[in-house]
Amino acid sequence: MRFELTPRTNASTMMRVFASVAAFITAFLIAGFVIWLMGRSPIAAFDVYVLQPLSDPWSLQELVVKATPMALIAIGLAYCFRANLWNIGAEGQYVIGAVLGGWLALRTHGSDAGFWVLPLMLLLGVIGGALWGLIPAFLKTRFGVNEILTSLMLVYVAQLILDYLVRGPWRDPKGFNFPQSVTFDPSATLHPIFEGGRVHYGAVFAAIAVLVTAIILGRTLFGYRLKLTGDAPRAARFAGFSSKATTLAVFAISGGLAGLAGILEVSGQIGQLQPSISPGYGFTAITVAFLGRLNPVGILVASLVVALTFIGGESAQIMLKLPLDLTQAFQGILLMCVLAADAMVSYRIRFATRGGGK
Amino acid sequence: MTVFEAILLTIVTASTPLLIAALGELVTERSGVLNLGVEGMMAMGAACSFAAAVTFDSTLLGVVAGMLAGALMAALFALLVLGFAANQTGSGLALTILGLGLSGLIGAPFVGARRDPIAPIDIPGLSDIPVIGRLFFEQDLFVYASIALTIVVAIYLVRTRSGLTLRSIGENHTSANALGLPVRQVRFWAILFGGACAGLAGAYLALVYTRFWSPGMTAGRGWIALALVVFAAWRPGWVLVGAYIFGAATVLQLHAQAAQFGVPSQVLSAVPYLATILALLLLSIRHGRAIGAPGSLGAPFVPDR
Repeated sequence: MRFELTPRTNASTMMRVFASVAAFITAFLIAGFVIWLMGRSPIAAFDVYVLQPLSDPWSLQELVVKATPMALIAIGLAYCFRANLWNIGAEGQYVIGAVLGGWLALRTHGSDAGFWVLPLMLLLGVIGGALWGLIPAFLKTRFGVNEILTSLMLVYVAQLILDYLVRGPWRDPKGFNFPQSVTFDPSATLHPIFEGGRVHYGAVFAAIAVLVTAIILGRTLFGYRLKLTGDAPRAARFAGFSSKATTLAVFAISGGLAGLAGILEVSGQIGQLQPSISPGYGFTAITVAFLGRLNPVGILVASLVVALTFIGGESAQIMLKLPLDLTQAFQGILLMCVLAADAMVSYRIRFATRGGGK
Repeated sequence: MTVFEAILLTIVTASTPLLIAALGELVTERSGVLNLGVEGMMAMGAACSFAAAVTFDSTLLGVVAGMLAGALMAALFALLVLGFAANQTGSGLALTILGLGLSGLIGAPFVGARRDPIAPIDIPGLSDIPVIGRLFFEQDLFVYASIALTIVVAIYLVRTRSGLTLRSIGENHTSANALGLPVRQVRFWAILFGGACAGLAGAYLALVYTRFWSPGMTAGRGWIALALVVFAAWRPGWVLVGAYIFGAATVLQLHAQAAQFGVPSQVLSAVPYLATILALLLLSIRHGRAIGAPGSLGAPFVPDR
């Protein structure tokens, strides 16, 4: 017996949504099996991973906090992936955004600088991320260097830059030799939306990004151009769309959004620069982008779902002594299930007996 | 043994896992499949080999476990990209994410354990030659095996019928299919071979290079192996050269860190990654776009009956 694939011409939206849900359930079943193999109860794990975070107001806020950076980054990646360009270095663009924005916070530290500090920090974050993202894009358009490998290599470089800065020139002199900068001034700190709450204004930026992107991708020539570049590059060239300009544009957009996510996280959640400022948001955002089918609204939903696995993972570590690596393994399984489900929507799968069929 | 000799020996040790993993990926890519999951398969190879070696107190069983783990991960990837014609880039990334996570789970009970170094093969007489003696004639088995593997892969690809079939499938899967060549079957074995090699490279890291397990110990080596294949323009001999250049860069930056030239250690740590970018850049400037890349690389294959 063997597989046979036939392309489907009419895949409905309903089917695509259903496929995402089915992928999710399959991933949960596989993860449950892994947990059972580890000698724990999958039902107790499901309770800690999913049910408890969803029934607790504090965790619900935390959900939005964790979903914000992933949604922002994944929205940016949607531009790239739609055009069949592979920016997998969002983690590095996130870090450089945080570094450049954080530079202003440290520069103005202790001075009576006014309200302009924060907006300028965010702007610098966007610029930093965009510039870092433009490096692989430029190398690709100018010299034809593979963007997957260069963008990934630049992640390590970005992390080392941050590491150098917080251990060296930017270290807090009164910080007992801990590798971290001074705590940002209030003028450089993003405030919570609700008094005493955890959710800060970064969530608003994520919501705006979703809306704007939905319009750009669905209603503008630029959105169409990305789709055409991705689906039919030759047709895009005949239509007069420059693939170089497209490449530079989508890398700048996705880098800028990743940089924004970085500076939002640093000024809103962490409040200072330190060697590690991300639990891998930049990489997880790839899963989020695929899970959301490169659709802005889908990505918003997907980011909340994946944020749940982060929060569930943290509490499962404490309550069930399940290692945090399980979360990452689950995200890998989830991405695989999503890709397989994608194929089932795009192709009709038939089982044919050997020698049978046409 | 002089310091110079010691450095040369460590360069060989640092280069070998890169060489093995890149050779595996080269065969996979020559069949037209881009597997970006090398890092994940390598991490699984490292974790499983170390776990097996400690549990059974056997390096041999460790190596077998590492290769099996890599091949199993590759089989999962093959199911996605061959069975479901799924996006290869996405599937490879998923494999990396899964592999890094799973290897953490498998390796967790073995954090802190150590293995004894394995004995090098000493060829009496020859290994006593000054400087080059120890370098060429007193290495561990893996090093010789990796050189042999390079030669075998080179001969297989260019001189055998089966290798020709594999290459033609990689160049144009539609034509190959029309000729009646078993596209998916050949690709399946090529993917599995790549996985076993990545697993072996991971086993070498855990059992010979570091001799302990720590999460994330592959540290981007899988990605560097991927870059090496591009750098080598998909030719085994150049993979060997590239692996040793990168191994040398890694080791020399470690020594430079120890010597404290006044350069921040982070700058030196960035050298292998920057060198990778630079190598890819120089190659592209010299030869134009992706010279030697198999024609069907990365494209999903759906047979039209």
